[in-house]
Formats: sequence, C-alpha cells, structure tokens
Amino acid sequence: MAAPRSELPAWVDIGLIPLLNLAVALIVAGLVVVIIGENPLQALGIMLNGALGSFKGWSYLFYYTTNFTFTGLAVAVAFHAGLFNIGGEGQAYFAGLGAAIVGLNLEFLPWPIVIPLAVLASAGFGAFWAWVPGVLQAKRGSHIVITTIMFNFIAASLMVYLINNVFRPVGRMAVESREITGAYILNFRELGRLIGWKLPSTPLNPTIFLAFLAAWGVWYLLWRTKLGYEIRTVGANPEAAAYAGIDQARIITVSMAISGALAGLLSVNEVLGVQHRLLLEFAGGAGFVGIAVALMGRSHPVGIVLAAMLFGLLYQGGTELSFARPLISRDMIVVIQGLVILFMGALEYAFRPWMAALFFKPED
Amino acid sequence: MDPSLIPEILASSIRMAVPLILASLAGLWSERSGIVDIGLEGKMLAAAFAAASASFYFQSAWAGLFIAILVSLAMALVHGYASINQRGNQVVSGVAINMLAAGLAVVLGNTWFKEGGRTPALSEAMRFMPIDLPGATALADIPVLAGLAKIVSGHSLLTYLALALVPLSAWALARTRFGLRLRAVGENPHAVDTAGISVARLRYQAVIIAGVLCGIAGAYISTSLSASFVRDMSAGRGFMALAALIFANWRAWPALYTCLLFGFLQAIGNFMQGARIGQFEIPVQFFNTLPYLMTVVLLAGFIGKSIPPRASGIPYTKDR
Repeated sequence: MAAPRSELPAWVDIGLIPLLNLAVALIVAGLVVVIIGENPLQALGIMLNGALGSFKGWSYLFYYTTNFTFTGLAVAVAFHAGLFNIGGEGQAYFAGLGAAIVGLNLEFLPWPIVIPLAVLASAGFGAFWAWVPGVLQAKRGSHIVITTIMFNFIAASLMVYLINNVFRPVGRMAVESREITGAYILNFRELGRLIGWKLPSTPLNPTIFLAFLAAWGVWYLLWRTKLGYEIRTVGANPEAAAYAGIDQARIITVSMAISGALAGLLSVNEVLGVQHRLLLEFAGGAGFVGIAVALMGRSHPVGIVLAAMLFGLLYQGGTELSFARPLISRDMIVVIQGLVILFMGALEYAFRPWMAALFFKPED
Repeated sequence: MDPSLIPEILASSIRMAVPLILASLAGLWSERSGIVDIGLEGKMLAAAFAAASASFYFQSAWAGLFIAILVSLAMALVHGYASINQRGNQVVSGVAINMLAAGLAVVLGNTWFKEGGRTPALSEAMRFMPIDLPGATALADIPVLAGLAKIVSGHSLLTYLALALVPLSAWALARTRFGLRLRAVGENPHAVDTAGISVARLRYQAVIIAGVLCGIAGAYISTSLSASFVRDMSAGRGFMALAALIFANWRAWPALYTCLLFGFLQAIGNFMQGARIGQFEIPVQFFNTLPYLMTVVLLAGFIGKSIPPRASGIPYTKDR
C-alpha cells in the first residue's frame, strides 16, 4: 500500500504535511508538560509572551536565529551531499579557537581588517574540524555520524584544556580568556549609541546579516554553481554521480569543509559579538539544534531561516518559561528538538497516506 | 606506575567495558537484521535514568532494572515503527531518540527530584553490588592467583550476565533457525520474504532484543557502575559500542575484545590522572579523550575493511 509519493499538490507536500508534523511534535511536547504537572497552554502563553511580547524578547529571538541559521545551514549542506554531520556542535566550539587566536593576537590591526580575519579564522577552524571526518569518510569509509560525534567529545576536552591552560590569564579564577578588544563586534545597542539612539540591552549584533548572507550563499552554491550541482548529485544518487565522472571523495571532503565552516561562523556571533571572550561551552547545544532546523527547513535556506526563527522563539520563550515555571527546565527544548527530528525527519511520511486519501486526484 | 595496580586496572577495565559489550550486542542484533541503530546511546541513557529513578522509588535494584528495560524497549519500538512501518531514515530516527532521551531524562529528573536533573544517591540495596565468586577469598594469599581472583571475581551480577550474553548471541546468530533467518533478513530481505517469512516481524524481534540489551546496559551504568543518574552520563558509549561493532565486522566475539580494549582505555584514564613524562604532566583531558580518539582510529579502519550487512539501513518495501 505504498502511497504514490509525488502526486500530491505541491502546497500539501511542502506546506501542509510539514506543518502537520510540526503540530504533532508540539502536541507531544505539550503532553510532556502535562506529565510534569503544568498547564501546557499557560506554558505556551508564557513562551509566546517571553519571545514576542517585548523588544528584548524579539532581539533575543533574532540572536538565537543567527546561531541556528549557521548550524542549520551547516547540517543542510552536508545533507545535500548525502552526509549526516552531527558534529556542528564540536565544529562551532573548535572554531572559537580560531576567532580567539586572531582576536587576541592581532589587536594592533584596525577593526575593519581584524574582524574579517577573525571571521575567516572561525570559518577555517570550523572547516578543519569537519574536513577531517570528511576525509576519513571519503578515503577510509569511516562512519561520518560516529566520527563527527567523537569529534564533538574530542573538541570538548581539547577546549577545556586549552582555555584552562593557555587562554586563561594567570591568576584568574574564571575559566575563560581575557577580553577580545580588537575584533569586537558591537551589538545593536552599542551601535545605536554611536548615532545617538537609545536601545535596550541586547545580544543582537550585525552577525545576523552574515547569517542571512550565508543563507543566500548556500542557496547560490547549491542551485547556481557547478560544485553545488555536483554536491546534490552525489547526495541524490552516488552511482549516477560516479558515472557522470564526479569525484565523490572530493565532493565529500569539500562539502564537509563547507558545512564545518558554516557551523564555525557561530563563534563569530558568540565569541566576537556577544561574549567577547573564549569561554567554556559557548556553543550551548546550538550545533544540535541545527539538525532539527535543517530537517524542518527541508534543507532549503529559506526554510532554514524560518525554522531557525521558530527555534529562536522556542529558546527565548523557553528561557522565560523556566524562570516563570521552575518545574519546566530549559532542557524541555532538547525534548522538542528530539520530537521535531522524529516527526519531521524519521516519520515525515506518516501522514502522507491520509493526505493522499484526501487530496489525491487521478489524472484523466 | 605500581605493578600491584595491574589486577585492579584490569578489573576496572571489565567494569567499564560492560555497558559497551551490552550495547554492542544490541547493535549486533539490530544491524544484523538490517536496522541501523544510532540510538543505542539514547536508549542506554533513558534506561540509566529509569533504573536510577525506579530503584530509588521502589527501593529495589531489580525494579530499577525492570523499568529500565521497559523504557528502553519503548524507545526501541518507536525506532522500529519509524524504520520498519514508516520506512523512515534510520539514522535520523536514532538521532531523534538520542535527543529525546537526553532531554526527557533531565526534564523529568528535574521535576521529580529537584536536583537539577540528578537522581538521589542510591543505597546498596538499590544497586547491583559486587558479588564475590565462591573461593575467590580463599585465593587472597596466593601470589598470582590472588591477582587473577581480583580480576575475575567481585563484579556485579549484570557484568557476568553481559559476559554470558556474548557466547549466547554468537551461538544464536550462527546456529539457530531464528538467528540464521535474522541474518538473512539483513542481507537479502526479498529472499526471506519469498520464503514466506515476515521481514517486518523478524526486524521487530531484532529491535526488541536491542531494546532489552540497552535497557540492561543503562541499568548497569546508573545502578552498578555509579550510584545515581547524572545528565549525559552515557558519555558517548553508544557510539563507541557501534564503532566496536563496525571494527569487529558485526561479529560478537571480536566485538567483545574491542569493547574490552575500550574499557581498558577508560580504566587507564581513571588510574593515570596526574601521570607525567619528565617535567610535563599529561593533562587529564588527554586520558579522557583516549577512548574517543581510539574510536576514530578504529573506524578509520587502519587494520582492515569491514563490510556491513548488505541491507542495513535500507527500508524494505514489500510490493513493487
């Protein structure tokens, strides 16, 4: 009873079904809230109000959107090449090293030079941390999912060591580097002050434009360049790609490096734009959110930006919720991620037979 | 290093290897039937939480084990439904399960025990404690045998269970009708279907076995290896177990040896803290990453090429 898989109206396929899947994921999340002993509708209200009810809420929403756009794009580029990169977290974390090395050592340069250099270093370090698993997959047939997960653990240990023993100023207790002053990206409040505007405190900074630029760049790369075509071909049908003379090993390594570079840009937002120092666990799980974002956004940049905004809302709303209702811990967001991945990824066809029954019209 | 520590390090290696062995066997059963299982980690983590919570609530380690198996089984069935009935992407489903487990454990733990996702410390009655094999104490004064007794004796019941399950799995997969059919379904499901045997039924059986084994592994982690649940305490063991399985070419005995090697690396890490080479103190983090590094190295297959079951990860479509 395999339902025909391409004979539904497009709006059902890319609009209704994903929304239905999302709704089911959120309903199950609501059930978890009920089990905890809270009112899910009240919780939803607090979340929406926390994220959308104030300038501060919106600015945090877009600050999270910036992070999740980067990591979502990272997962999506790998997806298009048929690879599952779940190492975005480690790649973003390791990329902070690049941002900090440039930011702390090239302070004598003026900011228009040092900031782009630090951005490049972030992308480069992130790319390297994904390139290695890519090479291992392409040349040695390693399982990319396991290798990238292992690289998350390795990055975590390495960064603890480096931040503790190399970056921490002598005599300081807090495990973090000194402040990065040269490659300091001003946030919108600080920028507003320059031209005399008074804005509330916000972590949101111009890196969000870099995120949108990256989204456009990924679209251009995948659908308008030869490399992008090759990446999608390898992902869709490796045999056909090999037959067409596409070097699969090269595509795997290159797309992993691009993926890692995109994840690495997260540290531009966090290290250069918000924290202004290298500190432990600054990626904060955003690398894993990227998986849910990419699945929800159907690996298309427009979908990813929208999905990143939705997760931005959930993150900001969830933070407010955990203040207002301490019983609901912030980790609820991880549950929602899991449910979104389950219902929008693994069970994405679950409702298709019903939809087919509703909308399928045999062609005359 | 003091040579008298060697028996203790080896005994500790076995203890650390137990969850890996159980998870590897879980992966073996599942993947031999053609269902890729990235969700070993999540099932173990959920089971660890369930075991710690239920042991505390019912004041009994056995109740903990039972609930842990139920919880792990439930997650395995979700994975089975997504992979077998819905023909979804099995890797994506596994990742979802890992996240669900990581999130739910902390959220529920926080609600029930209000310790930031931890569970309360378990007393001895609520844990699987070491048991001394008969006669082990009698050997305590004999030089070499005392060391040997230290390695072999003094583990918890679950450890001996895990070690017994290795030959049992190897035998069942190689010698029983069920095992042969299960392997056939992972190689060529069409042939099995043609012979009039249900592919879905066999795969569900495999997924259920994997769920039970992960449940035991999780219970071991929180009620034998430690005395409470803490967040993310499975620490990548599910992935190490998968790597061991791949390295072992999807066979039970080699998987056991690889898991023991991983266990040894983890034990070394615990014993070697503060070790130095000349003036240079080797950082703790280095020892902590050893198992992860080893996983990468083994996966890169610097020692041989492994061939997965031919139909693994491919959903089976009956008609067409």
